[in-house]
Amino acid sequence: MAKILVFIESANNKIKKSSLELLSATTGNEVAAILIGDNVSTVAQGLKNYPVQKAFVFNNAALKDYNSSYYFSCFEQAIKKFSPDLVLASGSMAAKDLLPRVAAKFDGGIAGDCVGLKISGTKVEARRPLYSGKVLATAEFTDASKIKVVLMRPNQLPQPAEGASNCEITEETFTAPATKVRVKEVVKSSSAKPDLTEAGVIVSGGRGMKGPEHFKLLEDLAETIGATVGASRAVVDAGWVPHAMQVGQTGKTVAPNLYIAAGISGAIQHMAGMGSSKVIVAINKDPEAPIFKKATYGIVGDAFEILPKLKEEFSKLLSH
Amino acid sequence: MNILVCIKQVPDTETKIKLGGTGIDTAGIKWIMNPYDEFAVEEALKLKAAKPETQVHVLTVGPKARAVEALRTALAMGADEGAVIDAPETLDNYNIAKAIAAASKTLGEFGILLSGKSAIDDNNFSVGQMVAAFLDIPHVTSVSKADYTEKGALLEREIEGGAKEIIEVEFPAMITANKGLNTPRYASLPGIMKAKKKVIKELALTDCGVDVANIKVKYTNFELPSDRPPVQMISGEPQEQAQKLVQLLRQEAKVI
Ligand SMILES: Cc1cc2nc3c(=O)[nH]c(=O)nc-3n(C[C@H](O)[C@H](O)[C@H](O)COP(=O)(O)OP(=O)(O)OC[C@H]3O[C@@H](n4cnc5c(N)ncnc54)[C@H](O)[C@@H]3O)c2cc1C
Repeated sequence: MAKILVFIESANNKIKKSSLELLSATTGNEVAAILIGDNVSTVAQGLKNYPVQKAFVFNNAALKDYNSSYYFSCFEQAIKKFSPDLVLASGSMAAKDLLPRVAAKFDGGIAGDCVGLKISGTKVEARRPLYSGKVLATAEFTDASKIKVVLMRPNQLPQPAEGASNCEITEETFTAPATKVRVKEVVKSSSAKPDLTEAGVIVSGGRGMKGPEHFKLLEDLAETIGATVGASRAVVDAGWVPHAMQVGQTGKTVAPNLYIAAGISGAIQHMAGMGSSKVIVAINKDPEAPIFKKATYGIVGDAFEILPKLKEEFSKLLSH
Repeated sequence: MNILVCIKQVPDTETKIKLGGTGIDTAGIKWIMNPYDEFAVEEALKLKAAKPETQVHVLTVGPKARAVEALRTALAMGADEGAVIDAPETLDNYNIAKAIAAASKTLGEFGILLSGKSAIDDNNFSVGQMVAAFLDIPHVTSVSKADYTEKGALLEREIEGGAKEIIEVEFPAMITANKGLNTPRYASLPGIMKAKKKVIKELALTDCGVDVANIKVKYTNFELPSDRPPVQMISGEPQEQAQKLVQLLRQEAKVI
């Protein structure tokens, strides 16, 4: 049995789906959660529905936004109290920023962007794509790793089974450490959609969309099916949409249940970011487009004709 | 204020990766500087252009014989001096970071350390933060915009959902670069000629206090991902295609 500290993150007063997923990999071990933020006490109560024995809750106005030195000091406090073998998190921007620092400070190794996890006793093995997804390999932690840190790619693990637990929730005191890094401002985006990295359904457009004005077609479809809109690099470089929407090697790595690619050729750098999507739909005028080699379903056709029809069909289906 | 840029040599994305022995077969791979590190090098050169007394050092950890090529590229872009820490292909990120942190103290005094946000081969997003941890300095990752002052910088990083964080950091600090930070220059021909005369120091892992027996993570069970089943093409008029697709997504794939 391993002692596992799980980084539970919340958004809009709810535990994030990507954090909950982690709890399906930890059953049978001694599990503690760490929750950091402002007004997260009620969020912590939600853990009582899952197999978690303990929760360290850091609830402080100063912790509203992620700050690497503040969040590090919370982790330090929890790790000293709990002495975990493994620290487990979803690969959010906060976790990716912070947990390597935690690994280094506690004399441990780290495996980021994992798609599989095996915990037996205190032995930890994580499956990871390497070389833009061209290879899969297992990251094995050695005994020299005093603490093991694993970041999972979202949407890889099932949701955990619910059931009442006796999670012991403790409110920890947070004392702000002296810091040389300060968050001055968080500029929120207007979108209420889940981030691409966590989205279950993504509708993406490429250069075949011909211009920014036509992204409306993708947004309309996305609206109908509750999807997040993504894009290829070609359209980001052309300035049609912001970089935050880019999927691929120099954009975001995504793994939704459904990825719809419209007017995207399927360059290797694009596929590096979406190749592990469960179901891929490609809509492309060119029957030879490489995207069809990766796709589950392919439609040779004009995105301008297909997308509105698709929206129509989905609306019909989803309205009853 | 001098700048240290940490760079990694990685296989070009277009290179075909084959398996060999207990890892990948490195024969025939085309190596390039990690694309995100190009933004880091460019950022250092921009700062040097604004303050010419700035020295830009580039440092890499890896098999010496090939890894120096990445340093040559950075020197040709305009970096002043390079150093390579000779290390096996299989060294883990903890020890790479430890070596960089130790070397940074012997190479000079650096106010800014720069690196790419992630290397495209192992995609671990970790070395910069680990270096910062070993040096006890702050870090800011995935930076896409930066304004510098004497004592620090105001940095912008992209977070989830298209939101942005504006972060103020005091030097010395580690900054990891994201796309958008700048547009990396190409090495010019005179740059390439000049680079040939620039110093590249060689260090051993033992000089940096790193013992390869202390590896925290090793990679095993290399495997090429299984092919996806062949695509199912959907024919017909647009209306029909849309109908069929929606049906398949609901009944066969069960994702809607
Ligand atoms: C270092 C590096 C990193 C990169 N990182 C990324 C990355 O992160 N993400 C990324 O996406 N790319 C990345 N690229 C770029 C990548 O190589 C491709 O250039 C890019 O993905 C192409 O985008 P696209 O498919 O939208 O455009 P194109 O390749 O131009 O393809 C457009 C497609 O649209 C089709 N089309 C045209 N009109 C229609 C229509 N009316 N209806 C339907 N289909 C139509 C065409 O048949 C074509 O297949 C990177 C490249 C490099 C060198």
